[in-house]
Amino acid sequence: MKIHIPNSAFLGNIDPFIRGFDPAQPELLEITANEKWISVHPSVLAMLAALGLTLDPKNIHCPPLEAASRHYLVRMGLFKMLGIPSDIVITEHEPAGRFIPLAQIRTSEELTRFITDMIPLLHLEREPAQTIAYIVSELVRNVLEHAEAPNGAILCAQYYKKSNSIRIGIADTGCGIKTTITRSHPAQTDLDAIRLALMPGITGATPREGGTEQNAGAGLFFIKSIASVNRDFFVIYSGRGFYKLLKKSQARHGRLNADPFLDRHSESADMPPWSGTLVGVDITLDRTEEFSLLLDAIRDTYGAAVRERRKERYRKPRFT
Amino acid sequence: MKEIKIAAYTGTFAENKDTARDLRRDEIAPALEKGENVALDFAGVEAATQSFIHALISDLLRKRGSAILDRIEFKSCNDTVRKIITIVADYMQEGAGS
Repeated sequence: MKIHIPNSAFLGNIDPFIRGFDPAQPELLEITANEKWISVHPSVLAMLAALGLTLDPKNIHCPPLEAASRHYLVRMGLFKMLGIPSDIVITEHEPAGRFIPLAQIRTSEELTRFITDMIPLLHLEREPAQTIAYIVSELVRNVLEHAEAPNGAILCAQYYKKSNSIRIGIADTGCGIKTTITRSHPAQTDLDAIRLALMPGITGATPREGGTEQNAGAGLFFIKSIASVNRDFFVIYSGRGFYKLLKKSQARHGRLNADPFLDRHSESADMPPWSGTLVGVDITLDRTEEFSLLLDAIRDTYGAAVRERRKERYRKPRFT
Repeated sequence: MKEIKIAAYTGTFAENKDTARDLRRDEIAPALEKGENVALDFAGVEAATQSFIHALISDLLRKRGSAILDRIEFKSCNDTVRKIITIVADYMQEGAGS
C-alpha cells in the first residue's frame, strides 16, 4: 500500500488524497509526504493509523519527513500508534484546548471512558461539547457494533482557532458498509450502501422498520443532520464508495433530507478500495445550532421518511 | 411504581447502549411484567444519544405495543432528552407492525 500525505487535505479537498491511495500489496505500507508543508484533517491521520495497525511495524516504511510542520504528526501520536520510530524532536505540550491525539477504541467501556476523559480536553462550552460527544459516541459505537474490526475505531480531533471549528476523523479497517447493510437491504455498489446507511431507519441489522432492540439505523442520519444544519462538511468513505456533504449557503439552511443524495453533495463509486470505513466531520462552533432545534427537524424528517417507506409497501387495490 | 434514576447508571451523558439494554432487561421489563408502573428519572442527565434511548425503550414498545407508554413515566427530562425520547417513541409507533 502507498499513501502520500499532501501539503493540504481537509474535507473540502480530500478527494485527491483519497484517489492517490494505492491499496496494492496490502502486506506493506509506504508513507510519503509533501516536503514543504503538511496540514491535514484528522481523518487523514485516522486513516494512516488504521492502515498501519493492520501491519507489523517492520513492514511500514516512512522516510524521514522534511516538512516544516512534521512535528504535528508526532503530537497527534501517529508514529507512536504505528509503532515506528521518528527522528522528529518536539516539546510535548498538554493537549488541553487544542486536540485529541490518535486513540484506539475497541470496547464499549473504552468509549465511555474516552468520552468522559478526552472530550473535556477540548475545553468547549457545554452545548458544543455535547454535540462532539454525541458524534463520537454514535460513530464509534457504529464501528464497535457493525464493522467487525479487530483494531476497533481509530480517531482523533483537532480544534482550529481560525475557523473556530472542531474537525474529527474516525477510521476502521473492518468489513465496510456494503457488507453490513446488504445483510438486510439490497445494494449493488458501495455507494448505494452508503446512501442506504445514511437514510433514517435503515440498518444492516434487520430489514424491519424501527430496527432491532439495539439498532435503529439512525446514527449516521443524525450525524449527517448535525453537519447539514450547521452547514459543515461530512465525508464517508467505504469500499469504493465516497460521499461528501458539501457546505450549504445560508439560504438553503434548515432543511433536512432523508435521502442523502437530495442534499448538496459530491459522490464517487470508483475510489481506491478502502477495507473498512472512514468518516470525517467538521463542526463550526459559532454556527452550532441549539441541539434541541435540530431535533425538531430530525423528528419531522424521520417520521416522514418512515411513513413514506411504509406507504411503498402498502398493498394496492386491483382495478379491472 | 418502580423508580429508576438513570444518571446513577450513566452519569451526565447517557450514551452506553449496553447500560440501556441492561436497565431495560433487568429493571424495567421485569417491573412491567409484575404489573408495576415505571418512572425513568432523568434528573442529572444533560444529554442522551438516540441510540441509548432506542436501546432503553424500543423493544418495550415493539413487544408490548404503544399502550406501554401509559405505564412509563419519563421524569425530569431536559428539552434535549425529552425530544430524543419523543423521536424514538414516534418512529417506533410509525413503524409498528411493519
